[in-house]
Amino acid sequence: MRSGPDQTDHEIGRSGPPAIEIAGLSHWYGEGKMRRQVLEGVDLSIASGEVVLLTGPSGCGKTTLLTLVGALRQVQAGQVRVFGQELAGSSRAERQQLRRSIGMIFQGHNLLRCLSAEQNVQMGADLLEGLSYRARRDQAREWLRAVGLGDQLHKLPHDLSGGQKQRVAIARALATHPRLLLADEPTAALDSRTGRDVVVLLHGLAKEQGCGVLMVTHDPRILDLADRVLRMEDGRVVDTASADSVTAGALAATEAGAS
Amino acid sequence: MNPLQAIWSGRRIPLAWLLLTRQPVRLAVALAGISFAGILMFMQLGFRDALFDASVTVHKMFNTDLVLMSPRTKSSISMAGFPRRRLVQALADPAVQGISPVHWNLLLWRNPETRGTRSILALGFEPGDPLFNDPALTAKASLLTQKGRVLFDERSRDEFGPVASWFRQGRTVESEISGKRLRVAELFAVGPSFGADGNLLTSSETFLSLLPNTPPGSIELGLIRLRPGADPEAVAKRLRHNLPKDVIVYTRNGFIEMEKDYWRSSTAIGFIFTLGAGMGFVVGCVIVYQILYSDVSDHLPEYATLMAMGYKLTSLLGVVAREGFLLAVLGYLPAYGAGVLLYGVIKGATKLPVQMDPDRALVVFTMILVMCMGSAALAMRRLGDADPAEIF
Repeated sequence: MRSGPDQTDHEIGRSGPPAIEIAGLSHWYGEGKMRRQVLEGVDLSIASGEVVLLTGPSGCGKTTLLTLVGALRQVQAGQVRVFGQELAGSSRAERQQLRRSIGMIFQGHNLLRCLSAEQNVQMGADLLEGLSYRARRDQAREWLRAVGLGDQLHKLPHDLSGGQKQRVAIARALATHPRLLLADEPTAALDSRTGRDVVVLLHGLAKEQGCGVLMVTHDPRILDLADRVLRMEDGRVVDTASADSVTAGALAATEAGAS
Repeated sequence: MNPLQAIWSGRRIPLAWLLLTRQPVRLAVALAGISFAGILMFMQLGFRDALFDASVTVHKMFNTDLVLMSPRTKSSISMAGFPRRRLVQALADPAVQGISPVHWNLLLWRNPETRGTRSILALGFEPGDPLFNDPALTAKASLLTQKGRVLFDERSRDEFGPVASWFRQGRTVESEISGKRLRVAELFAVGPSFGADGNLLTSSETFLSLLPNTPPGSIELGLIRLRPGADPEAVAKRLRHNLPKDVIVYTRNGFIEMEKDYWRSSTAIGFIFTLGAGMGFVVGCVIVYQILYSDVSDHLPEYATLMAMGYKLTSLLGVVAREGFLLAVLGYLPAYGAGVLLYGVIKGATKLPVQMDPDRALVVFTMILVMCMGSAALAMRRLGDADPAEIF
């Protein structure tokens, strides 16, 4: 069994406050006549350590929701609490500080091209206070080993395959010891087999660290890994279902489409 | 753990260094640009300083405390005459130990090889006078007691003919000024200035035979040596008060500064070279700004990713600032090396006293640093466009 570095000081039980609480969240893009509503009163709660997948057609506001939860955007209307901290009306510095406890994995891997795999992961570990350079580097190496890249430490992103790059990105996100992981279609650029492997790995490591996951995905093959699957349409969460029923439905739909 | 170890163990990934070095072509272009700007500044400032230094090499030869000159004299290339008896009057001051009259003019020297003429700075004096700081030169001056003999500056420009090399070969080198035959008795070394391409020392008697129309008793420069312990400023003040207004009294430094001031203010040369250095600075700014701006632009998604991870905007600005600093240091070193090398080449070709001097090295480094840090500051504005919300 793979295992990441010890994280005793960051261990969050399921009994703690919810990782995410969203109430009446609305969001608009543009100004004046061009103003367009992308979120229309989203209500949502995710417990610590829960793995939630978010699906829905493109343009329905999934990514916007993710950037609001990730403290990357200013909340316009409604409430967003992350680890109990209210994001509506938060300052730039507060959001920047909060982002340190949120790991993010992007559709494109967004690795730094000029850094090796190890250095990329250490950019995450470097955000931890009070650790020596050597300790942070050792953590970075351990995380790379945990994602199965222990022998690719010194390769530049350029020399890694798509799946390997995404695994480096996961290691980087986990290296900051996040309490919440946000992922936006992490499998989009990967073939389905590699994609599932990556998500299985992400899921396993997140569970081990007791870290909640909110993942936007279109990939029906990974729905079974979720504790819960949310479906969004036109800026609203329309359907909350347990993973099993959604998986069954998705598979049925896939089969129906195939026949 | 001592503070040094703490800093070492607290270090982060050297992002600025890696951003620069992992793009070797861009780095090479940046360093070439910065070095070019640095070399341009070294050259222009070197020329400017060499001009001012070279203009007073002759002035610095003299062993003197005060000098008398005509008020009409503005520089060494336009020395006006004044009555020699003013110098003798100065002897009346108890602090004055000795005086030496000097004739000073630009004369046309005939190249003994090509027969062409060229203007050379000629000084005429009494060969027995202790005129020079260099005792060897004073000793050589005794050869001038014979009429028609001159000392020739071996660092004079080549256009005066191969006088020095012929002389060293043991040949008798003769030439003429104003139709009078002159023989080179010995060589000395001063070097050309912007005003004079070469220098010639001779006796007053020979000098006056070359310029028969000189009014009797007229000299261009009066050297005044004071008794040990005398205050040159106080004596100069006394002499100014006692002597008529047809002479001006300078201290040795005043004499040197007057000449430098002439080149600084009466000519555009100082301005031109300073402007040249300024242009190097501007060219460097444009190059560094271009490089840093495109570097930040190319890495904008990566900077945005770092912001999404929780890096502060200020720490990312720090990365750009460190890139600027590294470029300054890495670009300065080759500029310094090339500067030293080129100064050697220029010194060989023009015989100007141009050399690397710590003040100028510091000035150019400061200018390169300002150039790089200023460009980095401008390029940082681009970082404001890095929106972490856009990278999802």
